[in-house]
Amino acid sequence: MARLELKQVKKAFGPVEVIHGIDLAIDHGEFVVFVGPSGCGKSTLLRMIAGLEDVTAGEIAIDGQGVNNVPAAERGLAMVFQSYALYPHMSVRQNLSFGLENLKMPKAEIKHRVDEAARMLRLDKLLDRRPGQLSGGQRQRVAIGRAVVREPRIFLFDEPLSNLDAELRVQMRVEIGNLHQRLGNTMIYVTHDQVEAMTMADRIAVLRDGRLEQFGKPLDLYNRPANLFVAGFIGSPRMNFLDGTFEDGAVRLKSGERVAAACQGGKPGQAVKLGVRPEHISLSESGTPDATLSVSLIEQLGGESYLHGTLASGEELSVRLAGQTQVSRGDKVGLSLGTPAARHVFDAASGLVLAPL
Amino acid sequence: MGTGDVIRFLTRTRGRGRLHWSDWLTYAYLILSLLVVVLPIMWMFLSSVKSPAALVENDPRILPYTQLTVPSPTGGRDQNVFVHTRTDGSTVDVAFVGPRGVNARVYELGKPDTVFEVPRTSLARKEVVDPRWENYTEPTLGSTQSRTFNFLRYFWNSTFVTVMATLLTLIVNAMAGFALSKYKFRGRDAMALTIVATLLIPPTVILVPLFMTVSSLGMLNSLWGVIIPTIATPTGVFLLRQYMLTIPDELLEAARMDAASEWKIFWRIILPLALPALSVLAILSVMWRWNDFMWPLIVLTQSEVFTLQLGLSTFKGELNDNMHYLLAMTVLTLLPVTLVFVFLQKHITSGIANTGLK
Amino acid sequence: MQVRPQAAFEWLWKTAGDVLDGPMRALQRHIGAHRMAYVFLLPNLLVFGLFSFWPMILNFYIAFTGGQSVILADRPLVGLDNFRELLACPSYLDPRTCGVAGYSFWTGLWNTLFFALVQVPLMIVVALATALILNRDIRARGFWRAVYFYPVMLSPVVVAVIWDWILKRRGILNAALEKAVETWNAIAPTFLMMADYRAINWLIDARSGWPMFWVIFVYTWAHLGFYMLILLAGLQAIPRDLYEAAQMDGTSKSRQFWRITLPLLMPTMIVVLVLSLIRAFQVFDEVYVLTGGGPGQATKMMIQHIYESAFIGDAKRYGIAAASSVLVALLLMVLTFLQLAVTRKKAGN
Ligand SMILES: Nc1ncnc2c1ncn2[C@@H]1O[C@H](COP(=O)(O)OP(=O)(O)O)[C@@H](O)[C@H]1O
Ligand SMILES: [Mg+2]
Repeated sequence: MARLELKQVKKAFGPVEVIHGIDLAIDHGEFVVFVGPSGCGKSTLLRMIAGLEDVTAGEIAIDGQGVNNVPAAERGLAMVFQSYALYPHMSVRQNLSFGLENLKMPKAEIKHRVDEAARMLRLDKLLDRRPGQLSGGQRQRVAIGRAVVREPRIFLFDEPLSNLDAELRVQMRVEIGNLHQRLGNTMIYVTHDQVEAMTMADRIAVLRDGRLEQFGKPLDLYNRPANLFVAGFIGSPRMNFLDGTFEDGAVRLKSGERVAAACQGGKPGQAVKLGVRPEHISLSESGTPDATLSVSLIEQLGGESYLHGTLASGEELSVRLAGQTQVSRGDKVGLSLGTPAARHVFDAASGLVLAPL
Repeated sequence: MGTGDVIRFLTRTRGRGRLHWSDWLTYAYLILSLLVVVLPIMWMFLSSVKSPAALVENDPRILPYTQLTVPSPTGGRDQNVFVHTRTDGSTVDVAFVGPRGVNARVYELGKPDTVFEVPRTSLARKEVVDPRWENYTEPTLGSTQSRTFNFLRYFWNSTFVTVMATLLTLIVNAMAGFALSKYKFRGRDAMALTIVATLLIPPTVILVPLFMTVSSLGMLNSLWGVIIPTIATPTGVFLLRQYMLTIPDELLEAARMDAASEWKIFWRIILPLALPALSVLAILSVMWRWNDFMWPLIVLTQSEVFTLQLGLSTFKGELNDNMHYLLAMTVLTLLPVTLVFVFLQKHITSGIANTGLK
Repeated sequence: MQVRPQAAFEWLWKTAGDVLDGPMRALQRHIGAHRMAYVFLLPNLLVFGLFSFWPMILNFYIAFTGGQSVILADRPLVGLDNFRELLACPSYLDPRTCGVAGYSFWTGLWNTLFFALVQVPLMIVVALATALILNRDIRARGFWRAVYFYPVMLSPVVVAVIWDWILKRRGILNAALEKAVETWNAIAPTFLMMADYRAINWLIDARSGWPMFWVIFVYTWAHLGFYMLILLAGLQAIPRDLYEAAQMDGTSKSRQFWRITLPLLMPTMIVVLVLSLIRAFQVFDEVYVLTGGGPGQATKMMIQHIYESAFIGDAKRYGIAAASSVLVALLLMVLTFLQLAVTRKKAGN
């Protein structure tokens, strides 16, 4: 059992506060991803959990026990670093066993664990090599192996895949997923890549500027983003935002069109932003379109196509169409902005979503 | 690689076809400087196995020639052998018995009974190549009165000082470099600055107080008195700190997650990774300590604790006439550094060029 | 069982570290991880404090004491007497007018100044020339670099013994010169014949300037390689494409030297200048073994004066030596400041 709780955790480097009070509870066995743009404090937060940074204020508790003053080595966690941080002068075997030796574990047990982890991560043949003699993916597996042999209560990953090429990244994503399945430990995974977050996480914590923007299941974040930032950050390509004013049960766009929205809590006349994901927009076959797009760029990917262009109001908009399209550059096409349920309405001033009906 | 390539390689110039006049000048300078720099040392190596007579005469031949001698048939001193050229041009080897006016009394080798007289001008010394190793063995091992150069003792003292001082220098400076590069603490930058500032304080201006400090610690005439004051070199701290700054912090953090103590991180992670810088400092330290003269001269006054340098300088003062011994002992003294240099030449020059420190 | 040396060494290393790991770990638990920094600093600070910092302070005190004792408590305070003795001179330019200590001090000072002012420029010019030559596209550069550097590895005593041997009256230099003159006279036409060579006592001839000349020569010989190496590294750090660009512009070789090489080499030159000057002012070992400061006092340097005042002879005048050290330190400080000021100004322009 390893439950992790953060209570109003803050971090300041000198006079600069970079984490502004984060509350978070992670259950046993969960795979949680911290995601956010770079510089938002993900690593700092993770390193505070690991015990590599002091906590300025608030409390971190593992299984109900405050660990603020427990040294990193004694928290029972293991971490995989972005640069792997493999000891370059030690063989793979020594890299894996160094931590166990420091814990004064019996030799036989160390060997057993190292061999086990090596088999699981397909490192058996590499045990006598040095990190310098390994490929990127192999180094990554060694770094993970070093965490695995410790049998930690919680695994911490800090952007472990960002040094790999795209193909390997997909492969390693699957492997880490499998690892989680097999071990069932709690894992916290930091990335700035929302695709990674969406594909791997049980729950995602979206961070911005040292604040927790939203914490929830991937599809909840996708379907019900709590604010403009999360809406824009989760999903690719990015959600389209159009300015408008709230009217009862609908949004009046700048172009004058009125589109229905299933939300409540807005006041008539309130400035709002209407958010629609590109994949929810379609070409309007009949009736009056919700908007008209002057197409300036077309990307044909074969299985799907993207249209980019501007509306009459001057706002930019992207559309994803299934399959291939006959539309060409310079065309003006009428659009249907999805179903009312797929439309998200945010308060323009605060950025918060207007609660759906 | 064909012959053409070889020729092109050997006559390679500054991208143009023929040797430019500046190339000629370059090689002339190089050859000249080779003479000035290497010739004295080479000549000393070669001369160190020559006989005293050859040294006194400044025998210009490269190899160590000595005059052949044969035992005297009457049991006196060994007799020198000469080549006698007869009037008809034929030659014969003769042993020299003694002078008589402008003539010399000699006998043909193997016929000691028939002594005859020949003009001295018809005699030329009969010489053979014969390295005189006694130059080396007599002062070091011999039982002669010349044994004032207790080579083995001095060598041991020098080695002890060099090895101990280097080991301590490495450890002590690496620890300080580690603290100054990988920890944040109050006064760190001030401390680093102080250490760099002491680079500017010449050790020579604190001779007297240093002597008194060492003397009050009872370390006079002790090798430790030479070793200890030299181990906290600002150069070393500076060098190692700069190098350790390039070791990524994540490695240390990984080790901390791996339950390593700070000491273990230092010993098992930092030291192995700082090996390049450590080896530069080790080479410098060996050079400094082996060649040290002034400080040992002040601290060590009894010949049992002399280092090689002290022994050699004393030997020079005492035996200025026995050049053959002095040269041999000089060769012995410079041999260790020379061997080190021959094997680590690349390391040393690039290390010093990169750090710019000595 | 076969033991691989590397494995054995690794095992030894590990064990050596582990021996100290226990106490260090306990200490770390006690004081906290980040305070271990002080523990790591401690040995260095102890040695540094005891053998560098404390003597520096002590030196000032000793400069104001007299007597011959090495025990501080037994040394009577004499105020400025030591300084007075050193400085009470009718004419500093003519040390013979001074007292005994003053004579030694001022002789050493003038000799050292002369030595430094001749030796440093000479060496820098030769070192730079050599570095420039080695920086050309020559074969076996590594070999040549090693050749020039080798004397740097030799100890001052060895250097002095070698050159003393060469420069003796009946040494090989005189022999070679004599031979040369002889050979020349044998082949040269009558009107070009030279007078017979008379051996010179290079290191002892008091009436000539030869002893000082050879002191400077030998010292330069022994240290040139080091500065050459630094300058060569500086030259090699200058990007090649600058010269290629200059070549495209049709810049002449000499102009390239003055407008590209020299300005870009300036930082290295300044390092070399500072280092070599500071060293030149502390010259002792080579000269002491080579000439012992002689003939007379012709090559007696500052540090030799300090050394002899304190450690040679029956009267151990520690006070005089310490006072001289203070004066030398002052001089070095002034020089360093001057140097800094000059280079600052240069850099400003
Ligand atoms: N040791 C430090 N000292 C001062 N500021 C830091 C330090 N580490 C991180 N920061 C700052 O904290 C913020 C968060 O950094 P980090 O957690 O590394 O972001 P990321 O989300 O990209 O991992 C950044 O603005 C960074 O500049
Ligand atoms: Mg980060």
